[in-house]
Amino acid sequence: MIRIENVSLRHGSAEILHDISLTIPKGGITALIGPNGAGKSSLLSLIARLQPLQSGTISIDGFPVDTTPNRDLARIIAILRQDSIVASRLRVRELVGFSRFPHSRGRLTAEDRVVIDQSLQQFDLADLADRFIDTLSGGQRQRALVAMAFAQATDYLLLDEPLNNLDMYFARDLMRSLRRIADENGKTVVIVLHDINQAGAYADRIIAMKAGRIAADGSPAELLRPEILQAIFGFRMEVADMGGTPVVLHFR
Amino acid sequence: MCNRRLLCLGAAALACVIAFMTIGLRGNIGFVLSLRAAKLAALLQVSVSIAVSTVIFQTVTNNRILTPSIMGLDALYLFGQMLLVFMLGGLGYAALDSQLKFGGEVLVLMALATGLLLPMLRRRTDMELMLLAGIIFGVLFRSLHSLLARLVDPNDFAVAQGASFANFNNVRTDLLIFAAVLTLMGAVIAWRARHVLDVVALGADAATGLGVTWSKTVTGLLALVSALVAVSTALVGPVAFMGLLVAALAERLADTRRHAILIPAAISTAIIILVGGQTLFQHVFGNSSTLGVVIEFVGGLVFLFLLVLGSRK
Repeated sequence: MIRIENVSLRHGSAEILHDISLTIPKGGITALIGPNGAGKSSLLSLIARLQPLQSGTISIDGFPVDTTPNRDLARIIAILRQDSIVASRLRVRELVGFSRFPHSRGRLTAEDRVVIDQSLQQFDLADLADRFIDTLSGGQRQRALVAMAFAQATDYLLLDEPLNNLDMYFARDLMRSLRRIADENGKTVVIVLHDINQAGAYADRIIAMKAGRIAADGSPAELLRPEILQAIFGFRMEVADMGGTPVVLHFR
Repeated sequence: MCNRRLLCLGAAALACVIAFMTIGLRGNIGFVLSLRAAKLAALLQVSVSIAVSTVIFQTVTNNRILTPSIMGLDALYLFGQMLLVFMLGGLGYAALDSQLKFGGEVLVLMALATGLLLPMLRRRTDMELMLLAGIIFGVLFRSLHSLLARLVDPNDFAVAQGASFANFNNVRTDLLIFAAVLTLMGAVIAWRARHVLDVVALGADAATGLGVTWSKTVTGLLALVSALVAVSTALVGPVAFMGLLVAALAERLADTRRHAILIPAAISTAIIILVGGQTLFQHVFGNSSTLGVVIEFVGGLVFLFLLVLGSRK
């Protein structure tokens, strides 16, 4: 369980997050949505202790993120950032292999190799395993980074806009993989999404943020309604029902 | 494949060492060998400390152009020397116990360098800013150095000059043992940290996500770099582009950034350049030029080449 209590964040005079309290139970997919600059990525990097906490507390499975040894946290929680820059002279397999660092401190064991191979298979990277990262397309690189986060084999997985650069095929594929690990392996996935319909189709719970506050929180059916969406995004959009899945017609 | 290349490099380095010790042996062999061994030990230490410090520094700063010397670290060291002479006078300076003085200098340099560089590295400021800041640091310390040099009297100046500018022909063998301990410790620490270095190369966020405590790790690595720079500067004087040359060559020869390969490759490359070059100059060119100048010239060209190439990878 991720427990966030009274977390605020300021950069100079700008208030990024305003007194956020939130509990994300173990298991399932939680999607964070909201307009640009709502504070979604900041919240995610605070949970993943990439930024120091200014006020409030965050704990994961009872471990406070600011005092728990970093190494222990790295075995509980993995994060994929939006703007991951990757050193270029690395092969895909090496990059994915880095995710095993919290477990084996760099000396890959047989078990590590199995996990790496599984992760490469899972994201259709087996053919690309020996390519250098800088020779990949944007979407392929994104898949390699997601595979890396997967192979860290943590209970919690934080993904910041992982669908960036992915075509429809791989976007769907990634969401289905996330659904599968949430259902079959009991992983907890927290994901920042801009495609609201992906959130509607795959998430168990949607948390909408606006201007550093939580604007709405609920299941896709509860949250994807015209009046709620208008309050969050500032314009009116129709929501259709396609066999039980709400589909937001935000493009018209 | 990488390992075969590394073996070749290691073998070439060993050949250079053997050539250095054996070519043109004449006269009292025992005496010549002990003389050469002391010099070889110094050159090896310099090779190790320059190679290791540059590789680590480039990994931490995430660029292939900056080296500790380009960032003004050895200018800082020279300024420290001059400051000591200025405050104690030439005689007082010369009377200092050289090992004790060296130990103190290394500590001060580590503290200062870490204090100066750490704020910049906290969030990996962009490369251009670091390069500019480094050049300005270098100019600042060099100017302070020459200001003090103008203020001291000529005798003191000669003392400071003698202490500051050893070169590859005239290494400071009096510091050998102390420096050897430091170099060895540095090399061992770097080797043990090779996997951590691989992760650090991924950047602050990725490394944190993988369980590396960024600021603590980077501070430790920078302290290590400054200690190694102090060793090499104390033994042979400032060499601005040697590290750059070594790191750039090693990365291309080994074709990897994995530190388990890269660190030994860089050390071997440095040994080939320093020991091999010194052998060439002594026996083939008859000391007609100094190795330091040639290395700086070639290294400077590599620096320009990398800049022009825009190689920030």
